[in-house]
Amino acid sequence: MADRIPGRFDRRMRRRRLEGQIFHVLCLLSILVGLGMLAALLLNIFMEGWQRVNWSFLTSFPSRHPEAAGIRAALFGSIYVIAVAGTLAFSFGVAAAIYLEEYASRNWFARVIQINIANLAGVPSIVYGILGLEIFVRFLALGKSVLAGGFTLALLVLPIVIIASEEALRAVPSSIREGGYALGATRWQTIWRLVLPQAFPGILTGVILAVSRAIGETAPLIVMGALTFVPFTPDGPLSRFTVLPIQIFNWVSRPQEGFHEAAAAGIIVLLVVLLSMNALAVLLRNRFQRRMEG
Amino acid sequence: MAENCPIIETRELNVCYGPVCVIDQVNMGVEPNRITAIIGPSGSGKSTLLRCFNRMNDLIPSFHMSGSVLFAGEDLYDDSVDPTEIRYQIGMVFQRPNPFPKSIFDNVAFGPRVNGFRGDLAALVEQSIRRAALWDEVKDRLKDSALSLSGGQQQRLCIARALAVQPRVILMDEPCSALDPISTQAIEELMRELSNEYSIVIVTHNMQQAARVSDYTAFLNPREDKISELIEFDQTRQIFTNPKDERTEAYITGRFG
Repeated sequence: MADRIPGRFDRRMRRRRLEGQIFHVLCLLSILVGLGMLAALLLNIFMEGWQRVNWSFLTSFPSRHPEAAGIRAALFGSIYVIAVAGTLAFSFGVAAAIYLEEYASRNWFARVIQINIANLAGVPSIVYGILGLEIFVRFLALGKSVLAGGFTLALLVLPIVIIASEEALRAVPSSIREGGYALGATRWQTIWRLVLPQAFPGILTGVILAVSRAIGETAPLIVMGALTFVPFTPDGPLSRFTVLPIQIFNWVSRPQEGFHEAAAAGIIVLLVVLLSMNALAVLLRNRFQRRMEG
Repeated sequence: MAENCPIIETRELNVCYGPVCVIDQVNMGVEPNRITAIIGPSGSGKSTLLRCFNRMNDLIPSFHMSGSVLFAGEDLYDDSVDPTEIRYQIGMVFQRPNPFPKSIFDNVAFGPRVNGFRGDLAALVEQSIRRAALWDEVKDRLKDSALSLSGGQQQRLCIARALAVQPRVILMDEPCSALDPISTQAIEELMRELSNEYSIVIVTHNMQQAARVSDYTAFLNPREDKISELIEFDQTRQIFTNPKDERTEAYITGRFG
């Protein structure tokens, strides 16, 4: 370095290097702030709730006595509702995205639909609760059931699934479609055999995000009329139900300290359910990607 | 122009994308079992012309045309013709190799499968890959991803893929422009080989390539109004040694373009 030939831009070089280092440190700080908050949150919850998470907590129904209260009904309710919502949002969302990206012609009508889907993604979730109450609970007379809850959450996350799926479809290069058509494949064969497999990992990512949002939703289900005290597991699609966030909310708002611990434990259970669902989806996605690139 | 009937023929072909017209008044014929090259400067509508031959332009919403394109004497653009139906008879190889993200075998098997091929698929795949002069390089790794091949191999795979549906014509849109000279040579030799059985149309911006491989050459050139016309269409030998039009001569001697 010492006997390096002095260059014309040496002075600027030092400044440019400094700028780069400052930016690097700023970015690092930003991620540390985020991670720090998350760590504090998790630590707080785990300290309070960890000793309550055990088998009897998972298998007991709610109770007037904080130490006997369990999460079973809410856990099953959440799983059932998410199963309904996830299945519906996935099928309708992907189908809608395929229509918009692959079939619809690019005219003002398609643009209006597109803009409105983006708008729907921004509608507050409580509004979907009112919609669910009117359409599913009352008009279709499903009652305040697992099915009505699942439908409501499916509607809520549908725009997210559609938008993510559209992005994923758009990311498939047109050369792949042309290659298919040039071999005499029909539009459907091209979509089903070439475009969808390649878009699938991206679609799955969107579905993960959507379902993660749905599982934490409370407001629309409360509006729709989900129960807060449920001493049974749902026994069918038309059964009444509660979900984890509602149960947690209910416990938090009680005065007894024991219920606050139960709430913390409930949050841990919710996080575990959420993370394991995400892990499953990521696993699926990676398997798919490996198969493609092999 | 020639003794026997052309396999593809254009009559007064005129193509526009929306308000922008690209080619005008193109009359040419593609002779069976010969290689026809389309040359011309960038933006002269070579690819557009080629894509009229298998109705690939139909995928572009703003595309419209007048005049006609005949395939074996039948109007390709007749209302009764389903573009899907003719595309497997008129195969296409693109500028950039575009193998599907599937195994080598599945790439070649894709065409036969979508067209409902019944018979020995493995034999057909092998035969197609052999014809594309790729067999020795991939025979032990048919299950591997096509994306693991080199660019030149990928392009030969795309040719094998096109051959597997047993087309009558193969359209090649600058098939070597993304390849190194050795791969280019391999593809050119392959084209000569294939021209015994197939009619080949190749778009190229490389005049040496056109002179080396083709039997006939069409020269497209934009007019003052930016719309291209077919300046000259003749046997390649004629075009390169004794062009009739001075614009052709200027182009092939490198005075412009």
